[in-house]
Amino acid sequence: MLIETIIFYTAAVLAIGGAVMMIRQQNPVASVLYFIVSLVAQAILYVQLSALFIGALLIIIYAGAIMVLFLFVIMLLNLRGEKFEGAQSKIGGGAKFVLSIVFFVELIFIVKQIVFPPGMQNGQQQIADTFGSVEMVATHLFREYLFPFELTSILLLVAIIGAVVIAKREKSDTGGEI
Amino acid sequence: MVPIVHYLILSALLFAIGTIGVIISRNLIIIFMAIELMLNAANLAIITFSRMHGNVDGHAFVFIVLTVAAAEAAVGLAIMIMIFRNKETINADKFNLLKR
Repeated sequence: MLIETIIFYTAAVLAIGGAVMMIRQQNPVASVLYFIVSLVAQAILYVQLSALFIGALLIIIYAGAIMVLFLFVIMLLNLRGEKFEGAQSKIGGGAKFVLSIVFFVELIFIVKQIVFPPGMQNGQQQIADTFGSVEMVATHLFREYLFPFELTSILLLVAIIGAVVIAKREKSDTGGEI
Repeated sequence: MVPIVHYLILSALLFAIGTIGVIISRNLIIIFMAIELMLNAANLAIITFSRMHGNVDGHAFVFIVLTVAAAEAAVGLAIMIMIFRNKETINADKFNLLKR
């Protein structure tokens, strides 16, 4: 009982701390690394919610693939010497914080209005041991959600083609092949 | 057992931090990562509700959201490279073509 609480709060503090440090950084590389910290903490929370497979996917896809893509783009852009002071913005910094905090309080009010259905202890139902395992998720994915699952392949194909077309250099720019 | 509301509050907090990041940050890459953080917060809420109801359907949704996030990252970073090639900067304040 107690160890679960400790794990939850440690992971929660790590997730929030990583996220806050991420948006405060000036250097985008440090920002990516803090985001990875936040992601690993969130994966721990997923595992605690007995979503083993999705937690592993989060680390593999996000921390492994998407963040490496971000690092590659940062490397390509050559941002040395860029300044990011937000002085030009018309809205003051305090107003932005106040807006965001009002938004957060609104979300909390929505969460507080959740009424748990009867028969759930602590708002959680009893589950089988195999809940969230690869076998169970795969069974759902390939039986009930087969069509959406196949549609994601088309989505990925469109994204690949779109990325290549957008990022391709015009031939008149350099005259080269790249 | 940690109460389920705590997970939801954590999810709301992460979403709010993502919103703050989008509003405050001037760096296009950090704005983009804040959007990814908001997607992740929504994923955490979905997983929490999935656990609450003891139903694996939520995991399939999260799987599809992860795919969308990957596609979005690929296209968004391509757009970012395109913008950098034209404007030589990724400061979001400099992109005011529609304002003039």
